[in-house]
Amino acid sequence: MNLKLKKILFYGGILLVGIFAPVVFPAYTFQLAILWLMILFALTWDILGGQMGYNSLGNILFFGAGMYVCVVVQIGMYYDVAEYTAHFGAVKIDYTPYQYFSGLALGLVLAALFSLVLAVIFGWIVFGLRGPYFAIGTLGVAIAAGELVGTWDYVGGGGGITVPMYPGDPDDRAVFFYSLSFVSAVSTFIFLKWLYSTRFQLAINAIRDDEEKAEAMGIHTNRYKTIAWSFAAFFLGISGGIFGNMTGFIEPLEVAFPTVTFGIFMVLMVLLGGKGTLWGPVIGAVLFHLIKEITWTYLLGWQWVALGSLIIINVVFFQQGIMGWVMEKWPDLFGIKVDEDVVSAKGTNSVNNKVVS
Amino acid sequence: MFDNLSLLGLVPLLNLQLLIDGILIGSIFALAAYGLALVWGVMNIKNLAQGDFVIMGGYIAFTLSESPFNLHPILTIPFVFVLMFVFGWVLYITIIRRVIERDLFTSLLATFGLAIVIQQLINLAYGPDVQTVESGMAIREFFDGEITIADTKLVSFLLAMSMALLITVFMKKSRMGRAIRATSQNARAARIMGIDTDRVYAFTFSLNAGICGIAGVLISIIWVIQPFFGMTHSIRSFVIVTSAGFGNLIGVILSALGLGAVEQFSGFILGAEFQQATVVGLLVGVLIIRQIIQGRQRQVVK
Repeated sequence: MNLKLKKILFYGGILLVGIFAPVVFPAYTFQLAILWLMILFALTWDILGGQMGYNSLGNILFFGAGMYVCVVVQIGMYYDVAEYTAHFGAVKIDYTPYQYFSGLALGLVLAALFSLVLAVIFGWIVFGLRGPYFAIGTLGVAIAAGELVGTWDYVGGGGGITVPMYPGDPDDRAVFFYSLSFVSAVSTFIFLKWLYSTRFQLAINAIRDDEEKAEAMGIHTNRYKTIAWSFAAFFLGISGGIFGNMTGFIEPLEVAFPTVTFGIFMVLMVLLGGKGTLWGPVIGAVLFHLIKEITWTYLLGWQWVALGSLIIINVVFFQQGIMGWVMEKWPDLFGIKVDEDVVSAKGTNSVNNKVVS
Repeated sequence: MFDNLSLLGLVPLLNLQLLIDGILIGSIFALAAYGLALVWGVMNIKNLAQGDFVIMGGYIAFTLSESPFNLHPILTIPFVFVLMFVFGWVLYITIIRRVIERDLFTSLLATFGLAIVIQQLINLAYGPDVQTVESGMAIREFFDGEITIADTKLVSFLLAMSMALLITVFMKKSRMGRAIRATSQNARAARIMGIDTDRVYAFTFSLNAGICGIAGVLISIIWVIQPFFGMTHSIRSFVIVTSAGFGNLIGVILSALGLGAVEQFSGFILGAEFQQATVVGLLVGVLIIRQIIQGRQRQVVK
């Protein structure tokens, strides 16, 4: 009973922090919104990378696809897309609030669905690859997508698209997109928490541990892999739509398909926090975002060198991540937690096998 | 967009020109790809920093030829080789040794971090401008100027091919070469036979860095170098190695020459902005074809 109360306080506390953060720090609302999106990135990457053992370097594909679909739908509902993009932002459309919000809602839904379909199609292409080939193949698909969108004039080519203006006060806009990011990250977390309490997690963990044996035991591995990827794609598509509207301008290489920034950040965040756990990605994302903001502010020009070194140090010396390290250090403490807390038990099973025993 | 395609039909000599250019450039891709095949086959390291080693070699040559010594770029090759060899050894001791025994993704990600560090350091030192090293060689003309071959390309082709020959002889005849081949066949057995595999690994990785450095010098002479071009070179090496397999120098050379030619033709027909897309598209294509071949035997691409 006491523990249940603790849990309620814990989750309630996080929710309260999430809700009141933009009120307390109004200057950082956008930074906080990006933090929630980062948490979403890390959580979705961990479905494949941590739980299923498929290390994708190309998940950013769905982020970019969702962004483009969302923005094109927003424009296309009330205007001719080709004509809009041909003028490179010279055309300003004044949307009424109803037009804007209905376009955004439909855009986000379609972005999510399109990414999901894309995941099924690309899953068919890349899931015959294993290990390093999968990583390189997905990286290739993501880079190719960015390059090809950059040559497609209908969506603005390399020049990009200016996203429709938010009809209202800029401060309201920040809070609005903050709440969208917050809600999408929290719902991703809740969804994954539920997902990891079902047989689905056991199946994808089996795929990670030994795919051939899993298949021999009657698990339809290809089906599970595709479904897992499309879950990740669904949420990434939504996050792409939100991020595109937040930045106000989208373009293929730096904003929509940033393979070397967000695409690598999501891997790094999960590795920092601990692969294959539910809380690892969240902790990793928060910590990483802090490190990134600090280095970006104080190490002007050297921030990328710092980031690359962080990748190397993290991968070479600290691969188990924070959650893995905690589990290794205090297994008893974790053992108690595992008994009581069903969620972390599900999330940490696999790592326990490797680290503790 | 396809105007140039009909041009190829009208002027048949243009095909020859593109083919020759492609093959001459492809020979340099072969060097870097063979280095990748070496570390991949012997140490099971997928080096995503391969292209950045190439670019780094190019910048060392650039610095040496611009320096007060005013070396001719081709004469910088031995210096670049030695410098890159030492660099590779240092990297092996600090980073690579710790990831060899780990799972496959670790080496990929560690070398990716390395790639970011190298390209950013070059960017900080030289700025993001495109550079090329002036070699001051003539351009030969054939068929009344319909076909032009720059001497630099010819020289670099010959250099690349003689490097490949040198490496083959080294791997076949020398003691270290035999040790490398033994280690790649079975590291444990090699260790039992008294081969210091740690040293073999260090040597292999350094040799790879040296080979990449030479490729970089040649690239800087006949083409351009820029801090962020490394990624494309890495992907090229991966395309070549995944289609040719490792331990097969002839296969690597042939697919490298093919890649060079395909790139020239697609650059001509589709335009320069499709260059990276072509390389990446070829990578995805090769992976799909290999999947289909393996799938017929109920296997997967591992």
